Amino acid sequence: MSCCNCNDTKIDLSLLDAVLDEYAGIPGSLITILQKAQDIYGYLPTSVIYKVADATSCTPAKVMGVATFYTQFRFKPVGKYLIMLCKGTACHVNGSDTIAKTISEELGITDGETTEDGLFSLSFVACLGCCSLSPVMMINDETYGSLTPAKVKEILDDIRHREVQSI
Amino acid sequence: MKIAVGQGSCGIAAGAQKVSDALKKCLEKSGISVGVTGCIGMCWLEPIVDIYDNDNTLHRLVRVSEKDSERIAEAVKTNDFSQVEKLEITDEDNSFLEKQTRIALRNCGIIDPDDINAYVDAGGYSALSKVLNNMSAEDVIEEIKISGLAGRGGAGFPTWFKWNAARQSQGQEKYLICNADEGDPGAFMDRAVIESDPHTLIEGMLIGAFAIGASHAVVYVRAEYPLAIIRLQNAIEQAKKAGFIGENILGSNFSCDFRIKAGAGAFVCGEETALIESLEGNRGMPRLKPPFPAQAGYWHKPSNINNVETFANVAWIISNGGNAFAAMGTPDSKGTKVFALTGKIKRGGLVEIPMGKTLRDVIFDIGGGIRDNKEFKAVQMGGPSGGCIPAHLLDTVIDYKELGKTGAIMGSGGMVVMDESTCMVQMAKFFLDFTAKESCGKCVHCRIGTKRMQEILTRITEGNGKDGDIELLEELCSGIKDGALCGLGQTAPNPVLTTIKYFRNEYEAHINNKKCPAKECRDLLSYEIDSEKCKGCTLCARKCPANAITGQVKSAHIINPSVCIKCGQCAAACKFGAISVK
Ligand SMILES: Cc1cc2nc3c(=O)[nH]c(=O)nc-3n(C[C@H](O)[C@H](O)[C@H](O)COP(=O)(O)O)c2cc1C
Ligand code: FES
Repeated sequence: MSCCNCNDTKIDLSLLDAVLDEYAGIPGSLITILQKAQDIYGYLPTSVIYKVADATSCTPAKVMGVATFYTQFRFKPVGKYLIMLCKGTACHVNGSDTIAKTISEELGITDGETTEDGLFSLSFVACLGCCSLSPVMMINDETYGSLTPAKVKEILDDIRHREVQSI
Repeated sequence: MKIAVGQGSCGIAAGAQKVSDALKKCLEKSGISVGVTGCIGMCWLEPIVDIYDNDNTLHRLVRVSEKDSERIAEAVKTNDFSQVEKLEITDEDNSFLEKQTRIALRNCGIIDPDDINAYVDAGGYSALSKVLNNMSAEDVIEEIKISGLAGRGGAGFPTWFKWNAARQSQGQEKYLICNADEGDPGAFMDRAVIESDPHTLIEGMLIGAFAIGASHAVVYVRAEYPLAIIRLQNAIEQAKKAGFIGENILGSNFSCDFRIKAGAGAFVCGEETALIESLEGNRGMPRLKPPFPAQAGYWHKPSNINNVETFANVAWIISNGGNAFAAMGTPDSKGTKVFALTGKIKRGGLVEIPMGKTLRDVIFDIGGGIRDNKEFKAVQMGGPSGGCIPAHLLDTVIDYKELGKTGAIMGSGGMVVMDESTCMVQMAKFFLDFTAKESCGKCVHCRIGTKRMQEILTRITEGNGKDGDIELLEELCSGIKDGALCGLGQTAPNPVLTTIKYFRNEYEAHINNKKCPAKECRDLLSYEIDSEKCKGCTLCARKCPANAITGQVKSAHIINPSVCIKCGQCAAACKFGAISVK
């Protein structure tokens, strides 16, 4: 994470106002505010951390402490397609490591990284609750089950194909 | 004629939404509507379409795909189901459901989760009405006591006792909290209940709130369950409109508000005091007990926390009486328990059975045994806090005490089945990777001890295990058990201890012989070409990404072990079965 706000110049902090108006006064809402902020920006830019701290009368260190505790929060922009690959027990037993390898080979990224073209990010998660279809991954809001390396390639190719066509 | 497509998260992942859309399109002009149900728990058969024909006979069509929709629509329009006979569930698959006793899951996959009337028609909210009209809080707690209901979130603590403690705790403002964090990877019954029958949870929680005297109810749902949050939110709105939530519920002087809090991804937040910290907007670090939540919980007010499945039993117990529930099970464990059956199992899904059945009943009789004709090796129960139970203990009775004796625990009900191809050292490493990552860092033993164990297990799986590593692991296990504040650390050694107890020879093979009997640890494998069987077709050499295979056309090839990266592509490609892995 960067130590200054210089990469945050394009962030429109006014988008947060409605969220802060609604929640800043309610005790215990810090996590909810951070979730809504991430919905707006796709991640938590440093300037947003400062603004949330200010509005909730917390120190930026406290806000950052909470944000870094939970795996849901990100501090870098994510790609247009966020791949959440399950690394839970059932998926492990049914070969999620091979799937992880396939995705890494296809996209050249691993857990927590984003492709250079900004199209894909990869994130490992603990369990998506679709264990009987393991191995499982979620891309944005869509869940894909019973994965095989061939199926993963097909899914990724489909997305890339769609993207090329939409340009 | 009534049609419904099962649309829990897993059904949708298998393509249920697309099937539903296609069916709607085909039936557009006929005026027949296509409804929604949640998850029936037969996940290996998804997508599932249920059709009640003109004689009200159920046709359950399974593994349906979009391209079946025209035929199905035709069958529906003509009330002639012979054309979709091939899709109908087989008797054998159907026995998966028939062998179960469903209480917590009683409405799952049967009613429309988005329609409160469907729940009411199924007898819903009558238990709440009975409580508010005819029972005192003490009566409710007594009924729960008679039922013998114990917490389904893992620890199995008697529910009545917790309710009673919260009831007797001094204080005007009290909270009732539902733990829907479902962090145990491999367990998904809580998600299924919320997605398929959210009102069961709401009704159970309202009865609990009445019993302890709480006027606020909160459900803490994990972030990975977006559909559950949407369906529960919708159910809460409907229950408010119908007068089941809010002020003076059903004309009584009991009032209770209701809200959802979405978690943000931290396993430790399933621990009740960490959950409370998280609800308050903090890092989810467990608190020292006592004081227990019943005395000082959420905002330091008396609070009671129960699991989703625990609450899902409550309305049934009130309606049918505690004795009916207690009539099922063993002297130690009453009622039913839901298990999420996954892994290398033929029929994976949700199984609810009375306590007292055996593991064999669940895995072989109901689950159909192991896939691809392989051998059963072990079943993992209780997730990161539990352990692996080996084949010779398959007749263990499902009961809190009996399962505890094996070194595993009942836990929340995840049952991950493993076959001969699963390496037990890898399994232990998998869980230590998990707990080391999820440890909140508060206690030194848990934070650093799990890390050291993870390192030792990693080196064993990489072929660098040393004499004495097993003993060192055991020593660390006992240190962590004693030195951790919360259940996460106290139980983190269980997956290691149980695998050492039952599969010590596998650890020894890794350490002493540098071999992985399950052939899962890549660094310990060696690939060899049988010169008798090799026809010299050159396919393997062309497939090899590391150029480790050499040989002339039509003569036997060889693999250079110092170049081989053990990817296994050669063995997968060979048409003559000439390449073996040791
Ligand atoms: C590390 C850890 C994780 C836990 N995760 C969960 C969970 O995901 N869901 C749950 O209901 N209980 C979980 N528990 C158990 C809770 O602390 C608590 O005992 C339970 O929610 C009480 O409800 P019950 O009495 O109805 O089981 C967890 C405990 C520990 C120590
Ligand atoms: S273990 Fe992968 S979805 Fe549950």
